[in-house]
Amino acid sequence: MDFQLTEEQQYFRRLVRDFAEAELKPRARHTDEAAEFNWLAVKKMGPIGLLGLNVPEDYGGAGVDAVSAAIAIEEIGRGCGSTGLAIAAHNGLGCGPIVLFGSEELKQKFLPPLATGSGKLGALALTEPGAGSDLAGGVQTFAQHEGDEWVIQGNKMWCTNASSADTIVTLCRTDRSGGSKALSLILVPTNTPGLIIAPAEKKMGLKGSPTHAVTYDNVRVPYEYLVGKEGYGLQHTLQVLDGGRIGIGALSIGLAQAAYEEAIKYAKERHTFGVPIAQHQAIQWMIADAATQIEAARLLVYKAAWLKANGKPFTKEASMAKLFATEVSEKVCFNAIQIHGGYGYSAEYPVERIYRDQRLMTLGEGTSEIQRLVIARNVLT
Amino acid sequence: MNIVVCIKQVPDSAATLKVEEPSNVSWGDALLIINPWDEYAIEEAIRLKEKFGGKVTVLTVGTEQSKEALKQAVAMGCDEAHLISDPAFVGSDALAMTYILAQAIKQLGEVDLVAFGKQAIDSDTGLVPAGVARRLGWPLLSYIAKIDEIDPAGKSLKVTRLLEQGRQSVSSKLPVVITAVKEINEPRYPSFMNIRKAGKLQIPVLDAAAIGADVSKLGATQAATQWLKVFPPPARTGTVEMISGDSPQAIAVTLADKLLAEKVI
Ligand SMILES: Cc1cc2nc3c(=O)[nH]c(=O)nc-3n(C[C@H](O)[C@H](O)[C@H](O)COP(=O)(O)OP(=O)(O)OC[C@H]3O[C@@H](n4cnc5c(N)ncnc54)[C@H](O)[C@@H]3O)c2cc1C
Ligand SMILES: Cc1cc2nc3c(=O)[nH]c(=O)nc-3n(C[C@H](O)[C@H](O)[C@H](O)COP(=O)(O)OP(=O)(O)OC[C@H]3O[C@@H](n4cnc5c(N)ncnc54)[C@H](O)[C@@H]3O)c2cc1C
Repeated sequence: MDFQLTEEQQYFRRLVRDFAEAELKPRARHTDEAAEFNWLAVKKMGPIGLLGLNVPEDYGGAGVDAVSAAIAIEEIGRGCGSTGLAIAAHNGLGCGPIVLFGSEELKQKFLPPLATGSGKLGALALTEPGAGSDLAGGVQTFAQHEGDEWVIQGNKMWCTNASSADTIVTLCRTDRSGGSKALSLILVPTNTPGLIIAPAEKKMGLKGSPTHAVTYDNVRVPYEYLVGKEGYGLQHTLQVLDGGRIGIGALSIGLAQAAYEEAIKYAKERHTFGVPIAQHQAIQWMIADAATQIEAARLLVYKAAWLKANGKPFTKEASMAKLFATEVSEKVCFNAIQIHGGYGYSAEYPVERIYRDQRLMTLGEGTSEIQRLVIARNVLT
Repeated sequence: MNIVVCIKQVPDSAATLKVEEPSNVSWGDALLIINPWDEYAIEEAIRLKEKFGGKVTVLTVGTEQSKEALKQAVAMGCDEAHLISDPAFVGSDALAMTYILAQAIKQLGEVDLVAFGKQAIDSDTGLVPAGVARRLGWPLLSYIAKIDEIDPAGKSLKVTRLLEQGRQSVSSKLPVVITAVKEINEPRYPSFMNIRKAGKLQIPVLDAAAIGADVSKLGATQAATQWLKVFPPPARTGTVEMISGDSPQAIAVTLADKLLAEKVI
């Protein structure tokens, strides 16, 4: 056993932390309040490698190991939840399917601008008005193979980054007869005629990470924009989500860590009954629990990432890590507000925003219920 | 272009320094960083390389520990790094440092430009770049806020110097020694790709013999200057007064009155 990060991983952490402290944290409140995507910081991420974490160097990415990628998302999330979600989605969902399943031509054409930051971001559209947890049964968006093109018709919901993306990999039904080979992933450039991106949804938190409904009105793309194998869309998607779940787990730890640090700072400053509140045992217990929970969640996330990096099966562990880290984050952020008393409910203090931001984490990329379902299926076989 | 950047590893500006008289300064295990001014020199060098091709070599005179600073420079995008280190260097002053650096630079073939930060945040003399330029026999262009034009083939450049009185436009021939001020650029963050490269890089160590330095000119006994006494500035005295009032306006008025009474404003 070795619980030590490599020298390189420690260096990555320091770098991303410095970056987030300088470029994200000071702007996090504005990013949320104004619902303004922090493009300035995101543009600076390209040259560092943060936009191509899983993209090999040959295509302009950083090609880091999965543990380093998790650390990067964690540290970005510690600085700004909105930007954290956008970058986690870009790397895991936007670039992920192209890296894992894309043809050589797709990789050469689309990955360099996504990974280097010379272009915009990537997005993945799975969810539909009638399909979230149940993609296999629910996806209605249909792609018709006509000549050397796909003609896509349908509606997607909740697409993170759609308005800041160059590419939306779209889960489409390609075989009306149903069955497990009925879906395919197809890359749709956002400048394709017929693609309509609705205004950003009004959300509880993560307001600086735009989420959109997307309509496909006779959208035509070349047949070669098929990502992976025709009919394997669901299988490919599940594999992409396995990796994405490590990202959401890492993001949750970053948010929890930020709230925890704010709580400690406040507990040392605020006095009641003649002493800093950090000296009251009730406060200490919340802080001790938070420290323990974050540590445990981090170990689960890093373990899942380590399995992935070492080419071992990690589906169950990614689900466990996502489930645990997102639920821990909920508790830690809840108590961080508790420790702040009434001030914790004020937008003047970051814990209010962080609490709203983390609320998504038990929903997106598979709800907690779906994670439990995945885990149960794996342990009951 | 063949560009050399000289950097110094210094304690982080947030480090608490311990001073033991007469002249021993220590900073415990505080974080060591690249002298912040040098980051501007590194950035400018990398930009020139990106524009004109060639390579950037980064040098430091220091100890084994200084390799960290060199690796960080490579992580930003420098191509090669050399540590210049020899027990005989210990106790060398700024004058000797210029000799060591100039000797090292002479080993690097045809160099077009040597870049420094305007000063180091620890010893802070600002002497080293001038001394190196003098020893190499090259012009010194200090406090550069902008390289306006550079013609590597025609061996000339034009720069803007930032002085207290204003800006000065200067042209010179290459090779040249420059020192950078922070107006010149915004240093980039290291990249994951270059961090990986830096991690694998074997940094050569050049000793006195390797740079052809005459050790009898070096070390504490040969120093032209001695640190007779180093002492911390006296602790600031003064008191804090919290101003209270019924409204922010009232507090501001009281504050303004007090500042006027103290002749601060
Ligand atoms: C901010 C945000 C960003 C998003 N970004 C993206 C994106 O980029 N791309 C994308 O495709 N989607 C995205 N989504 C959508 C998200 O992935 C879905 O909302 C999520 O998968 C849940 O689907 P649903 O909302 O349709 O809920 P439903 O599937 O309708 O679920 C409703 C409830 O039923 C429970 N449930 C469902 N099935 C079962 C079951 N079998 N057993 C037990 N309980 C069950 C669920 O856990 C949940 O509690 C985003 C959502 C949000 C809010
Ligand atoms: C072991 C040791 C013992 C020392 N003992 C003495 C002593 O007894 N008496 C004394 O006067 N000084 C001593 N010094 C200080 C040392 O000589 C200083 O480096 C020198 O005085 C110049 O530093 P500065 O901060 O004034 O540089 P400045 O001239 O302010 O720096 C300007 C530029 O020169 C560069 N530069 C400075 N130093 C180096 C370096 N080492 N390598 C590469 N680039 C550099 C800086 O990075 C910066 O870009 C000692 C240093 C060491 C490491």
